[in-house]
Amino acid sequence: MPPPVVEVLSLRRDFGDESVLREVSLRLDQGQTLVVLGPNGAGKSTLLRMLATLLRPTAGELRVLGAELPRRAYEARGRIGFLGHAPLLYRDLTLIEALRFHAELHRVAAAEERIRDLTEAVGLGRRRDQLVRTLSAGQLQRAAVCRCVLHGPELLLLDEPGSHLDPAGQATIRPLIGPGDGTTRVIVTHDVEGGLAEADRVLALDAQGSVAYEGPVAGFTPADARVLYAGAPR
Amino acid sequence: MATLRTILVKDLRIELRTLQSLPAMALFAVTTFVIFRFGLDRTELEGSLAAGVLLVTVLFAALLAINRLFVAERDEGGFDAIRLAPVDSAQLFLAKVGALFIYLAVLEVIALPVFAMFFGTEAEALPATLGLLALVNLGLAATGALVSTIGANSRARDLLTPLVLLPLVVPLMISAAGAAEPLLAAGGPDLSGAGKWMASLALYDLVFLLVGYAVYEFLLED
Amino acid sequence: MSLKMPSLRVMAFATVVVMGAAFALVFFYAPNDADQGFVQKIFYVHVPIAICALIGFVVAAFHAVRHLRTGEAIHDVRAYVSIHMGVIFGTAALVTGSIWARAAWGKWWVWEEPTLVSFLIVFLLYATYYPLRYAIEDRERQARYASVFAITAGVFVPLNFMAVRMAESLVHPRVFATAEGGLPGSMLFTFLVALAAMALLFVTLVRFEIAAKSTKGAISRLRRALDADGPAGQASRIAPAVPAVSAEAKT
Repeated sequence: MPPPVVEVLSLRRDFGDESVLREVSLRLDQGQTLVVLGPNGAGKSTLLRMLATLLRPTAGELRVLGAELPRRAYEARGRIGFLGHAPLLYRDLTLIEALRFHAELHRVAAAEERIRDLTEAVGLGRRRDQLVRTLSAGQLQRAAVCRCVLHGPELLLLDEPGSHLDPAGQATIRPLIGPGDGTTRVIVTHDVEGGLAEADRVLALDAQGSVAYEGPVAGFTPADARVLYAGAPR
Repeated sequence: MATLRTILVKDLRIELRTLQSLPAMALFAVTTFVIFRFGLDRTELEGSLAAGVLLVTVLFAALLAINRLFVAERDEGGFDAIRLAPVDSAQLFLAKVGALFIYLAVLEVIALPVFAMFFGTEAEALPATLGLLALVNLGLAATGALVSTIGANSRARDLLTPLVLLPLVVPLMISAAGAAEPLLAAGGPDLSGAGKWMASLALYDLVFLLVGYAVYEFLLED
Repeated sequence: MSLKMPSLRVMAFATVVVMGAAFALVFFYAPNDADQGFVQKIFYVHVPIAICALIGFVVAAFHAVRHLRTGEAIHDVRAYVSIHMGVIFGTAALVTGSIWARAAWGKWWVWEEPTLVSFLIVFLLYATYYPLRYAIEDRERQARYASVFAITAGVFVPLNFMAVRMAESLVHPRVFATAEGGLPGSMLFTFLVALAAMALLFVTLVRFEIAAKSTKGAISRLRRALDADGPAGQASRIAPAVPAVSAEAKT
């Protein structure tokens, strides 16, 4: 049985005197999809950034791809694909220059071909020489998805991947970040039904950043979700 | 090494495309020369006065670039992008030092002849002065990149960065002025005695490059 | 620090005693300077204060290194207090230096004295420590950046003194030079006692401040524990929070 891709034990994260995440524990095995639900301010994005090695825990244990964070973060870097709220593309570069930048940092082999294939797949093939600042929100999101998977990561961390995308747009990114090719995924989403449909496991955080539910998707129903979101946001 | 090149090329590409630092620096320098002409009520400058005007102008032009050095990283997630990659984050420091060095060198290639033209500096002093300024640029770039990073993640960064930077570059300016004064002397450059000042400049550059490189990862942590 | 430091009360007492001895020596034992007369005795106050400030800054850099390496907040507290005390002593050094310049040379400031000028620059640098801390809201980042600053500034101090000294030709008369060719025995002895007194004062005040912060930290922790969901106590924006002893044991 291969080791879990994500192992979290009693994780806490404070910002100043305020606790944003409290006593979060979870475990995710290879190939599984974890969906993270919760009202605004529940700490979902914070958790994702911690899994991405961008934030350190205040307390607790965190292990991603076998690497203990934050001490051995360098072992996990380069194997994680992170899609946050910011596209992480320099606005004054062309799309292809921006993607090349990431490819070089991640030492992607056959980068040109890969960039070409990915941009074609999401429908940005003709916009490769356009400045990133001229892309619309939906185009930017699709470009960010390309950036996210460019280096063939083993673990995908996706913060509301469908934002700014109409159904056609969402369809184009699905082959890149969707289920099915064995990649382990953690998805933060407000789309409860869509999320539950793809999930193997669910982590539900309440407004205080504590765990309301953590376990297989079968144990969490849309009714539970309604209760979760009924509480006032932070 | 490759990381350094990637980031540096990216910075130069963006600067060439947007020209947000260099023209401002050059214009600022030339205007400042004019202000000094009137502020000091002189049309000829040599020796320590010339050194002072030149170095102070270069320093404040450098501040323009230093304040803007990490704008893209901060606003467009550049810090995240580099921290997510399997690279040594201190390469970001070296890349920014390189970028600042290049901006300052280009500035001086433009501004120094203008200075000579305005204030009657001997033409034969220019190459030696440019060489001296290269050492100064390195020190300004190292300290500037370090302090700019500190400011990038703080409030009131436009205020904080110069405030912290200026005392730190005083030893650099002292050595630079000591070396520049004989170079800009009235009768032509006097290269004797420059040795100890150059050595002191080189020491400053080395120390701040090392310190910056050593502490940089702690600045990027979160 | 592997020595067990004596209690605060003992240190305060020792400070008073040595200070008293130093003052007695300065006024009744040390001879008047041949050139400057009675005025020169400010030297026994000014120079020890300046030396203690500088050592305080360098020690802060060492605490800062430990803070970055271990991440433990106590080192940040020590660095902060060291710099705080250094800035206060530094202000006193500049003021006494200025008084001395005025009394001996008739001017309130002399550029020819490289030590005084170096000191001014160092002081200007360390004075930016506070706006720097204030400008960073996240506590941990604030502490980390402050440590980076303390290390950079600590490295800067010797570079600065060297550069300023090079700039002032040795031909200039040293304003604060005392007798030709070094201090005679009685002056040296008095100086050393005065130095010891200032050092004791510095260390005692540092320990006082750390103790005061610990107490304040403990009180606000208790307060927070008492009104569990209420607003947190008004912790200072820029002074580092002293950790609880029990918090050192990680879960």
